Formats: sequence, structure tokens, C-alpha cells
Amino acid sequence: MNSIALSQPVSQSSRQQQALVDPFWLRALLISIAVGFIILFLILPLIIVLLEAFSKGFGAYVSALAEPDTQSAIRLTLLTALLTVPMNTVFGLTAAWAITRFEFRGKSLLTTLIDLPFSVSPVISGLIFVLLFGSQGWFGHWLAEHDVKIIFAVPGIILATLFITFPFVARELIPLMQEMGSEEEEAALSLGASGWLTFFKITLPNIKWGLLYGMLLCNARAMGEFGAVSVVSGHIRGLTNTLPLHVEVSYNEYDFVASFASASILAGLAIVTLILKTILEWKQQRDRQELSL
Amino acid sequence: MSIILSDISKQFGTFTALNHIDLEIPEGELVALLGPSGCGKTTLLRIIAGLERPDSGRVLLNGEDKTEHHASHRGIGFVFQHYALFRHMTVFENVAFGLRVKDRKSRPSEAMIRKKVHTLLELVQLDWLHDRYPDQLSGGQRQRIALARALAVEPSVLLLDEPFGALDASVRKDLRQWLRHLHHDLNVTSIFVTHDQEEAMEVASQVVVLNHGRIEQQGGPSEIYDNPVNSFVSRFIGHTNIIDTEQVDQIWLSSSGLMPTDASQKVAHVRPHDIEVVKDAEIPSQAVLKDWQHLGSLIRIELVETGLQHFKNPIYAEMPNERFKQLQLDRGDQVAVKIRNARWFH
Ligand SMILES: Nc1ncnc2c1ncn2[C@@H]1O[C@H](COP(=O)(O)OP(=O)(O)OP(=O)(O)O)[C@@H](O)[C@H]1O
Ligand SMILES: [Mg+2]
Repeated sequence: MNSIALSQPVSQSSRQQQALVDPFWLRALLISIAVGFIILFLILPLIIVLLEAFSKGFGAYVSALAEPDTQSAIRLTLLTALLTVPMNTVFGLTAAWAITRFEFRGKSLLTTLIDLPFSVSPVISGLIFVLLFGSQGWFGHWLAEHDVKIIFAVPGIILATLFITFPFVARELIPLMQEMGSEEEEAALSLGASGWLTFFKITLPNIKWGLLYGMLLCNARAMGEFGAVSVVSGHIRGLTNTLPLHVEVSYNEYDFVASFASASILAGLAIVTLILKTILEWKQQRDRQELSL
Repeated sequence: MSIILSDISKQFGTFTALNHIDLEIPEGELVALLGPSGCGKTTLLRIIAGLERPDSGRVLLNGEDKTEHHASHRGIGFVFQHYALFRHMTVFENVAFGLRVKDRKSRPSEAMIRKKVHTLLELVQLDWLHDRYPDQLSGGQRQRIALARALAVEPSVLLLDEPFGALDASVRKDLRQWLRHLHHDLNVTSIFVTHDQEEAMEVASQVVVLNHGRIEQQGGPSEIYDNPVNSFVSRFIGHTNIIDTEQVDQIWLSSSGLMPTDASQKVAHVRPHDIEVVKDAEIPSQAVLKDWQHLGSLIRIELVETGLQHFKNPIYAEMPNERFKQLQLDRGDQVAVKIRNARWFH
């Protein structure tokens, strides 16, 4: 992402830093504001989540997680991620391929549309599906006749999550594939490789870290999405509650241990995601630096 | 394998990149595709290789219509302008790629692949680099690896897009000779793109001159040089003095020997070596030697008017070193100009 800054020799950037020395008090002020912010808004909540989760002891924490409703929320969250991440990976690859390798009308429109889920409120995204598939919606009548339930059921949750998370992979890949260009792929074709072989042997090795990065972010969002899922789920305990919804439902029912125990799982997921993200970023950078040598 | 292109056209939006191209290349030729930047050379090669679709026209290889064949089924080796080596593979794997992706029936054994790749790397004299990555090679080395990679699958046609474009002059010269010898040994029909006319004349057995998506002329190097069919080819190939006879004094013209044979002939193209200079103040076709340059075995002199003849541009003449010494010429001298040979265009 920051390829220009990254490829600068170290000596030059440190020289620049020296040239721009600010007074000590200013640096101290800015750093403490930043650190204070992080403590107040990131570390403190995390500690509170853990404290609350363990407030009645380790046994209560474990039994809260072992509760059937919590278990079903975890299962539904995993199922959602398991379905949406592969689908959006395929979609992201397809879209990035089409945008970077073909010339067609409406290409820039497609590029803009990919960002749509990021630019509308998640609640609106959920509402779109209610308007389409809800009992009063466009297809509601037809769906009821054929006894298909989408809204207030698992399919609705999956659809909403798919919609919310589809930009991640595509957005990660488009700049990467643009930078790569298509000459290597064309060389592979002219050497007799089929389209598939070219993709697996030439394209994929060049974009793999970016692809994993996009999938990771997609997964984090798929597991953590609240707004859109909340609108289409109906909050049916043990049936249509995902983990984030379960946190809210238990909290509203004053079941704090269950609520914070579920929240601690999500927090753990966030931390794992953060670590993996850092590793992937580092790998990607290293690959790119090797290229620019 | 022979190549026949018939009536190939290609548009990019409203821009015509190739305009009704007809071209026949017999088996075993080494053809230079020559033309100014943006004239459609790369596009033409890509169409032959199947990487681009022509809007109309046919591509025939060995008499077989391959227009609809996918690039991977044409058996054409392509060396890209910027090499396009696989950056995540070693030199060895780059060259082996074409062999490894063959289907099970025709794929050679691992031992065979090793042997073949090393033979090819020896052919391009780079076997010692086999475990390097492309970004650890120099431009000339990349170029030769790209060539070895294309040769690995034993293509029946080899297309090279500005193979020496990014290299410095001395490496270019070496590689030119090397390509010529390689072609002689392998005898694979080859087309290479260049916009350096000297390179084309030196290496190729046939030269095709392209301009604005059209073929201006095709022929052997000396034919193109000696008999350019139009003013574009004449100006593009080699150095040419362009003399507009309407702007030059008639006595000067007739005494220099530059006389049109009919009234339609107005612009003369004169090669620098077709101009002779003598130190003789009696002859009316006088000029002033403004400057001279050393071109190795030749001397190029720059002649400007004495103030009466009104030829706009300086005239350049070339002569062997010895002749120059013999004439004892120097800057500022007045000389008489004799034109031995000229070509007339409108
Ligand atoms: N994909 C494309 N889209 C639009 N225009 C293109 C495309 N590819 C080529 N062109 C145009 O077609 C013309 C011919 O391009 P081409 O690459 O064949 O030129 P060239 O003769 O190889 O030039 P050079 O010597 O600079 O490499 C150029 O004017 C170029 O701008
Ligand atoms: Mg080109």
C-alpha cells in the first residue's frame, strides 16, 4: 500500500526525520494523546470485557460458554464465515480479474459498485434484504407460497453477511493485480499453459499474501458483523443468533457473564486477526522489497 | 513454419492500429519488423501469437488457419519487450516452465527436463545463473533467459519484441550477432521488432517496414535500402538528404548533376555516400564545409550554402577516411558538390 515510502532507503527516511525535529514537548504531547486514546478506547474495554466475563469465576465463564444458546450462536457464526468467506473469495478473484484483465463498458461503474457495501450503513444493507425477501417484500409472497424462509432465518443472515463482506478480497486484489500486469500470464499462455495452470502457477503465487489478507479481513467482518445481521435475523435464541447478536441479547437479559464471555471470544478473534494481519503485511512487504531490489 | 497474414485489421476504440495487413513470411526467414513508435509492431506480433484478436483477417501458420486458436495451442515462442520473466521462479524454473505444463502424455521426464534446461542455458551461456531469481539478473541476462524459456518448447515460430531495446550499445551489438548465429543454427522462422533501422539491416534476411498500421515495403535489406518505394521508407531507412529542387538555384542543380528527368519530379532523396566533393572553384555547385564528424571508417561532412543557392537544410555527405585526408578539407573550406545518384519522390 505504502510502496513509495517502503522502498525508500532507510538512511534517507531517518535523515528526513532529523530534518523535521519538533520540539520535545510537542512530541511528548502528541504521543501521549495517541497512547491515551488507545488505552482508553481499546485496552480498557478489553480488560473490562475479560473482568466481567470472569467476574463469577472461571467455572461460570466456562458454563456460560457451554450453554446451548451460546453454543448455537458460535456454530451459526462459524457456519456463516465458512460459507461467506469462500464465496467472497471466488467473487473477489473474479471481479479483480475482470477489472484488471479485460476492457469492457461500465468497468469504472463496477469498480465503484464494489465499494457500495462500505459506503452504506449496515442497517440499510440489512433492510434491503428485508424489503426484497421479507413477508411484505418484493419476493415475500412467492417465497411464502413455496415455503422458503429467508428473513428471520439462516439464509437471510448469510445473504446479509455476503453483501457486507464482498468488497474485502476484491479491493485487496485489484491494485495488486494492476501492479503485476498481464505480461507474465501472457508469457505462460504462449508457453502452452492453459488458463487454469496460468492462474495457479503464475497469478496465484504473485497475489497469495494479498488474497489471504483480504480473506482474513473478510472473515473478521463476517464473524463480527452486527448491524445488517441484526436487521434480518429476528434474534431467535438458539436459531438465528450469531455471536455478536448473542452478546446483545444476553446483555439485555442481564446475563452479564454469558454476554461478556461471548464478547471475549470475539475479542480473542480480533486479536488473532490482528496478529495474522501483521504477519501477512510483513510477508507482503518482504516480497515487494525483494522485487524492487 | 511459414506465416501468412491476410487482410489483418485491428482497431482500439476509434484508433486504427493495423490497417489491412497482408504479409507472407516463408519458412526459416529472420524477419525484422521495422517502424516508428506506435505504428503497430507489438500489436501485429500479439495477433500472430494469439494474445490479441484481430477485428478481421486471418492468421495462417504453415497454411493452416489458426485465427481462432488459443495462444497456448499455436506453438509460437514470444519474447516480450520487457522480458516478462516469472519473478517468483528461479532461472531454471523459468526455462523449465513450458516443459512442466505440457500434458502428461507429452511431458518429458524430470531427468529429461533437467538435461534440456541445462542445454538451453548453456546455449545462452548462462548456465551458471540457474538458481538465481530474475531480479538478480542484468538486463542482457534477462533477455537471454527469456529467449531460452521461449526456445524450451521448441516453437515453430519465434517472435521477439524489441529484443535489444533496453540494452546498451555494446551488448546490443553482441546479442545481434548472437541472434543471427542462433537463427542460423536452429533455423526457426523468426520475426523481431525493432525501431533501429541499422539493427534491422544488420541482422535480418527480410525487412518489413510498417507505418501507421500499414506495410510500406517488404524486401531484403539491400533492396529496401537501394530501392525504397516511397519517401517514408527512404527517409526511415538510412540517412537521406532531402532536396527540394524548386528551392535551389537551377545552375547549382545542373552543375551538381541533380537533374529531374520529368516535371513531376520535385523532391530528390540523396544518400550521403552518393555525394562527392571536389575542391574546384570553377564548378558552380559550391557549398561551404561547415563541420565534419568521425564515424569510424567514414567521415561525415556537413555542407551549407554559400549564400546564393537557397537550399534550406544542410546537406550531409560521407566519404572514406583516406579520401577526406587526401582532399585536405577543413572547416570553412569551399567545395564543389557532385551528386552521383538520387531518388525522386513527390
Ligand atoms: N490495449 C490498447 N488499447 C488502446 N490502444 C492501444 C492498445 N494497445 C496499443 N494501442 C495503440 O495502438 C498503437 C500501436 O501500438 P503498438 O504497441 O503496436 O505500437 P509499437 O509499434 O509496438 O510501438 P513501440 O515501438 O513504441 O513499442 C499505439 O498507438 C497504441 O497507443
Ligand atoms: Mg512495441
